[in-house]
Amino acid sequence: MTRTADLITAAVLLLIGAIVVSDSLRLGAGWGTDGPKSGFFPFWLGVLLLGVTIAIAIQAWRRGAGAPFVTRERLRPVLQVLWPATAMVLLTGGVSVGTVTVLPALGLYVSAAIYLAFYMRWVGHHRWITVLLVAVGIPVVTFLVFEKWFLVPMPKGPLETWLGY
Amino acid sequence: MGFENLLLGFQIAVTPFNLFVAVIGITLGTIIGVLPGLGGANGVAILLPLTFTMPPTSAIILLTSLYWGALFGGAITSILFNIPGEPWSVATTFDGYPLARQGQGGQALTAAFTSSFVGAFFSIVLITLFAPLLAEIALRFGPPEFFAIQLLTFSSFVGLGGGNPLKSVVSILLGFILAAVGLDIVTGQLRMTFGITDLMKGFDFIVAVIGLFGIGEILLSVEEGLTFRGAATGMNLRVVLQTWKILPRYARTFVRGSFIGFWMGFKPGGATPASFMSYAFAKRFSRHPERFGKGELEGVVAPETAAHAAGVAAMLPMITLGIPGSPTAAVMLGGLIIWGLQPGPLLFTEKPDFVWGLIASMYTGNIIGVLMVLAGVPFFAAILKIPFAILTPLIVVVCAVGAYAVHSSMIDVWYMLIFGVVGYVFKKLDYPLAPLVLALVLGDLAENALRQSLIMSQGSLGVFFTRPIACVITLVALFFLLMPILTPWWRRLRGLPPTSGAPAEA
Repeated sequence: MTRTADLITAAVLLLIGAIVVSDSLRLGAGWGTDGPKSGFFPFWLGVLLLGVTIAIAIQAWRRGAGAPFVTRERLRPVLQVLWPATAMVLLTGGVSVGTVTVLPALGLYVSAAIYLAFYMRWVGHHRWITVLLVAVGIPVVTFLVFEKWFLVPMPKGPLETWLGY
Repeated sequence: MGFENLLLGFQIAVTPFNLFVAVIGITLGTIIGVLPGLGGANGVAILLPLTFTMPPTSAIILLTSLYWGALFGGAITSILFNIPGEPWSVATTFDGYPLARQGQGGQALTAAFTSSFVGAFFSIVLITLFAPLLAEIALRFGPPEFFAIQLLTFSSFVGLGGGNPLKSVVSILLGFILAAVGLDIVTGQLRMTFGITDLMKGFDFIVAVIGLFGIGEILLSVEEGLTFRGAATGMNLRVVLQTWKILPRYARTFVRGSFIGFWMGFKPGGATPASFMSYAFAKRFSRHPERFGKGELEGVVAPETAAHAAGVAAMLPMITLGIPGSPTAAVMLGGLIIWGLQPGPLLFTEKPDFVWGLIASMYTGNIIGVLMVLAGVPFFAAILKIPFAILTPLIVVVCAVGAYAVHSSMIDVWYMLIFGVVGYVFKKLDYPLAPLVLALVLGDLAENALRQSLIMSQGSLGVFFTRPIACVITLVALFFLLMPILTPWWRRLRGLPPTSGAPAEA
């Protein structure tokens, strides 16, 4: 329900407000020797945030449950974008627990290719030839534009090293 | 006095390289404007890293041209696909799509582009005339005046943004809080980092823009289920010329739309309400108000003129005061800082070639832009024929590349994903995103202005009321802040039914 979503958001905002206020108090929210202390501005931001969020929560509570925030069928495509995207970011930088490598760092170009191919095949059911052309073509173009022409480096992995970059 | 300066600007803007940059910018911008999930703000944000190696004037020409392109591109999807690419194109769909359905798409598009051009041109002329004056006045501003202007900026989101004013306030506060994370440059203390090294750098607003607008928007689009059923474009030279023959009939609508757009536009969040207001006025003064919503050409002319006039006017506070009027202008402001320029009134005296090159490029960019979109509609409309299973991951990849490129840092890509989810939830719960981004950009400036003002007055808030200019601005700001409380009361007093304002966001 939208109300539940509103209240959960409000709870998160209250938590943020509380963190901000407590950290500002630690820094000092008052007047120092040479003007307002570090915590002065954030302190009042936090206090205001707490106040306004409580008002929003009361509004949401009074308004009634409302329409569902998101239905299961409509959440599915959202997660279909989100999970593979998270996997792509994980693959780009790699994951290691202690000294054990759980996921290798493939760099952005290779992970992007995998992500594109996966999504196109899984959600779009495109033909393999289209999948291959797009999934290889886009990272190559990105590579040329960023790495070659504008000299903006992206995270690279073993493939790029093997190719001599 | 401004004429020689403008001439100097044209000498800079009309070099082959800068014209080439403008063409690239407009092409990319129009594509970005057409694509769902990519708007002016995050288009500019993603391209920003590519400009680091360019001369600042060419860089700003690229980014502003992209912005003009995005403004033009929004009209294409609104008219042909009934999908407003940008919030300020919503009013264009009311009559644009019915026209396209009746086979008048070419006429509607020509009218939209021409109106955009007229509105933009009007605003650029006003910017040329007023920007130097405003900068001169702003030179006399002290910290209290600057803080008062910041207050005005944010209170106009609360008062004029529509939607729930409390949620606008939350967005603003969150933006300021995120801006405060990290090193406090005044005292050298770390704030809200809790010993985590990654938090010391704070949050970059460019990453926030890419996440909130780019990823958030794409999540919303897939949730709503993207289906593009477009009407035929029906664009050719004959249609363009015929439409141009009819358009002078709407001279009054053009003038009205331009004024509304400029007036609303230099205040933040102005483009969307301006387009709705212009549409409403056109309908009220029309001899055939009953035709509106069914395919009246004037219903395309009115919102497009105002939206584009407002979009251009948003640049005025950015170049004169260093305070952006829209998220896109905010990203450009971030660019100025990265290129080593100090935004604000001093820019006019210290970097006249940059400022006047920028202003002159607004003229050239919009002239090139209107010709390019008129000729390129079939090409741009074809972009939406790309299947969404290719478009969606492509946009995600482009966003990730853009987020990483800002600081060459992986943590920014994670922030982008988190901001994406936040953007999705906030959009669904009607928390406006534009004020959050502006607050994140202006956070340090606003805090410093407040601190310096309070030091001047030894802690008394009276400093915002005792100085004449600051006092006027503060009072207007307070009026906007209280408007959500005053409006229902005022309406009840006059016996009018309660209404909701224009949709939020701009």
